[in-house]
Formats: sequence, C-alpha cells, structure tokens
Amino acid sequence: MDIYREEILEHWQNPQNYGVISHADLVVNQINPLCGDEVTFYFKISRVSHPRGVKAHPGGVPAKGKSAMIRDVSFTGSGCAISTASASILSEEIRGKSVESVGKLTGQDVLSLIGGPVAPARLKCAFLALEAIRKLKVEN
Amino acid sequence: MNIQKIRNDFPILKRKINGKLLAYLDNAATSQKPKQVIDMLSHYYSKHNANVHRGIHTLSVEATEELELARKKVADFVGVSDPSEIVFVRNATEAINLVAYAWGRLNIEKGDEIVLTVAEHHSNFVVWQQLAMENGAVLKIVPIDENGEVDQEAFKEALTKKTKLVTFCHVSNVLGTINPVEKLVSIVKGQWSNVIILIDGAQAVPHVPVDIPRIGCDFYVFTGHKMLGPTGIGVLWGKREILEEMPPFLFGGEMISKVRLDNSTWNELPWKFEAGTPNIAGAIGLGAAVDYLSKIGMENVRAHEIELTEYAISRLSGIQDIRILGQKDSKKRGGVISFNVGNIHAHDVASILDSEGIAIRSGHHCAQPLMEFLGISSAARASSYVYNNFEEIDRLVEGVMKVKKTFKINSKHEIHV
Ligand SMILES: Cc1ncc(COP(=O)(O)O)c(C=O)c1O
Repeated sequence: MDIYREEILEHWQNPQNYGVISHADLVVNQINPLCGDEVTFYFKISRVSHPRGVKAHPGGVPAKGKSAMIRDVSFTGSGCAISTASASILSEEIRGKSVESVGKLTGQDVLSLIGGPVAPARLKCAFLALEAIRKLKVEN
Repeated sequence: MNIQKIRNDFPILKRKINGKLLAYLDNAATSQKPKQVIDMLSHYYSKHNANVHRGIHTLSVEATEELELARKKVADFVGVSDPSEIVFVRNATEAINLVAYAWGRLNIEKGDEIVLTVAEHHSNFVVWQQLAMENGAVLKIVPIDENGEVDQEAFKEALTKKTKLVTFCHVSNVLGTINPVEKLVSIVKGQWSNVIILIDGAQAVPHVPVDIPRIGCDFYVFTGHKMLGPTGIGVLWGKREILEEMPPFLFGGEMISKVRLDNSTWNELPWKFEAGTPNIAGAIGLGAAVDYLSKIGMENVRAHEIELTEYAISRLSGIQDIRILGQKDSKKRGGVISFNVGNIHAHDVASILDSEGIAIRSGHHCAQPLMEFLGISSAARASSYVYNNFEEIDRLVEGVMKVKKTFKINSKHEIHV
C-alpha cells in the first residue's frame, strides 16, 4: 500500500495542529459516514484590508468588507491514518491562507498534498478533513 | 468434510485480488455463492420464468410450484412444519420492519416497554428505537458481560408487566457470541407468557443448526445472502396465530383475496404479507442454497467453523498488541472474530489486508450502540464460512504482521490519543 509512506505515518503519529483552540471564531465538524469517525476543525479568523497588511483582529467579529484570513487552525478527532494525516497536512496548508482560497481546494489538491493515490474505498477518509473545511463560511 | 471440494463449487474463490488469490473473510457481511445457486438462477430464468400465482399457462404454474417448493425447503431447513408461516421478504431488515409496522404499531402503546440488548445490529435497534419514539414506548437496553453474553440478571430485571416485546440476536455480528436463546426465551415466557419475542437469526441460520419451534419465540428473522443465497431474499417466520391477527404490511397485488370498490379482504398466509410480484428467482435461489447446506449438513458446517475459529483465535492471540473482542471459547461463539491491532484504525488494517488479497470488514459493523458500550470507535472483523481453510487463516495472521510492520508497531512509539 503506497499510501502508507513514512510521511503519512509521521503525520499519523504526530499530527500537526492537533488540539482545541479555546476561543475559536469558528468550529466545523464532519462525520465520515463510512465509519462514524469524526473530525472537528477550529479556526481563528482575521480580517485584512489589503493583501500584505496582515493584521490580527483583536477578537470578536472581524470588520466587514475586508477579506477573511485563517490566522490559526487546529483539529481534533480520532480517525484512521489516512484521515488523520490528511487533516494534519491540510491544517498546515491552510494556515495563513484566505478563507476564499481555502474554499477553492479540491479533492485533487488534497490527493496531491498527501501524495496519493488512495484506494477508492478510502477516498472518504482522505476527504474527511476537506469536507469539514468546506463548511467554513465567513459572512461578508 | 472435503473443503477443497466445497471450494471448487465457489467460482469467485479463484479470483485474484491485487495479484493474490482471494481470501474471503467477510462472510458476516455476505457469503459467496456456490455454482449450484448461480446455476439455479440461470436455470429458472432460462426455463421457467413467469409471474406466479393465478397464471393458467404452463410457465406460470411451474414458476409458482418452484417458488412454493423453495418455501417448503426453507421451512424444513429451520424445523418449521407449516410453510405458510414462512414469509418471503427482501432481507432480515425488512422482516423486522414488517413486524414493527404490522404488529408493533398496533400492540405497543405509550408507556409500554421494548427490551433489547446493546449488541443488536442497527436493523434490530433503530426499528424499535423509532417505534418507541413514535408511540411513546420505552426502550430498555440490556448490557452484555465481558464474554459478550447477555447479562441475564439485567435481562430478568428489565422485564416488567409493561414489557410488550423482547428482542435479541441469536448470534452477534460483532462478537460472534451465540446467545442461549432457549434459555432467554424461557426466562421471558416463564414469567410473562404474553410477551412477544423476536429473534434476529441473520448470523445464526447460516452457521448453526436452527430449529425455530424448539426455541419457543414468536418471530424469527433471517436473510438469504448470508447463507449462500442471492441478495434480495429474506425470511420472516411468525407463529401462525400471530401472523393471522396481524394486518398486512404492504398493500397491492398478490396479497388480496377480494377487492371491491369500497373494501378489500386479504389473502391467506403467507401471501397476505407478500404484496406485489415477489423475488421469485431469489426465493428459488435460496432454496438451492438450503439444499447445498443440507447436503453438507449443518452439524458439519458448525464443526468446521469451531475448528477454524479455534485455530484463528489461537494464532491471532499469539500476536502482540492484538485485542480480540468477546468470547475466546470457540464452542460458545460463531466464526466472527473482531479485533484491533494496537492503535491502528480498522480501516487501515483492512486496506493493508486487501493489498494481500484478504477481504475483511472494518468499522462499526452497523452496531454503534455496541461499539460505544465497548468504548471503541471501530474494529476489524474477519468472519469465516464453510469454504474457508486453515491456509487462509495463516494468511490473515501474516497480513496482520504486515500491518504491524507497516505501522512500525513494535517500535514502542507512543502514539497520540
Ligand atoms: C445480526 C444481524 N442482523 C441483521 C442484519 C441485517 O441483514 P440484512 O442487511 O440482510 O437485512 C445483519 C446483517 O448485516 C446482521 O448481521
């Protein structure tokens, strides 16, 4: 099984950004219908007025009219190696990115990030984190 | 019993999966089919296909005869003398739903109690949970002990004068536990003779000799595809007097006696419960499956299962970091072996075994209440049948070693959560 490479197993044993952000701005959650496994993502969102002027919002609801950015992200949940590694890798990928660009992530992007291919039966595991992240919606 | 000869009857066992010979150990999900069953389906469609009942032409008469002969075979197979108590349905799930709709909705009222075990398959759990929610009845869930057996003290205590229905599986699809069904029935009926008992025999009829009338229950359900038969055919057995009092479940053709503009009367048993064109080929295929099993002899099927299970448990328990769920004594359990390897998720175990051509199941096995009770989120499950051999168990063991090697489980790493 090619998918069980060193890198994937490393993420499984030491997932990055694992844990709860206690004052998260947004929390999204997704269940894998295949097994009932669950992943929860926590986000801190900032508003930036212009691309380079990244300025953390002092808390509360970010001001309107500015683009939302993922300032911090973490996840919890117990899953298989594929879903855990994919959540870990995705969390690294999306930190510091705009919510808008994260919304455009595709399944193919996830497969290239985790270095697929993944057997068809396991795609749901690989995409669990992506499905959760796709629920991320920031009002404008 | 010549296992190689039996194996030769199952064309699919020659398949290669990922370059390796298939080792099919997912029989609790569904069994494979012998050529006798496959040929019977083809024979029926090539020679006798017609709609059944009331047809005057030759084919219709033949198809009807074949269908009713299959019913008789199935009845004989489970010790039932009156074939009209055998209702053909789609599967065990539909059989349970039929009872819930046609019997449950009339007989279970607000405040009444339904007693079942925590080890039920979702199909014998959600049905009653939903009925209870709808009718305001109370669901009483009996725990199991460390061997996976129904806690008989708790079972006794759960029974009260409000109990209307008691239900439990004959063999657990996760733990393989063979419940002492006659004993459980006598506990209930000894004190509360009016309580109705439904037994889910989906994992029992394929594997152990079952004589339904001897058990003393009121309803017994099983499913054809787990016992070498086709998919889409299942069986509800009910005591004649109870089935007769029950209203139909579905309405339409086949199930009526007379239809007037303003009312209708119902056909006799079992057709009252078989609305619409039935799964004729499926029933006939199930008849062929039952013939096949009878020819081997269910005592022999069970003896082989005990041997294989004993071997599998002893070899698997020799592996460090493996945890086998449930009873260890193979005489008290069926051929279902659920296990976990270290902290490795069951899906990863199943994926790696699949790469070796070994088919097992992983996940919650449609028994989430049980998984929660056991404090695990998933398990790997290897389940054998009459065509499995010792070599396949050896391959399973080697496969599990490969899982450990892939995940470097021997290297004493601390693994998160
Ligand atoms: C114990 C038990 N009951 C009921 C069922 C449901 O069978 P079916 O899906 O054929 O209705 C199963 C099958 O998975 C089972 O193992």
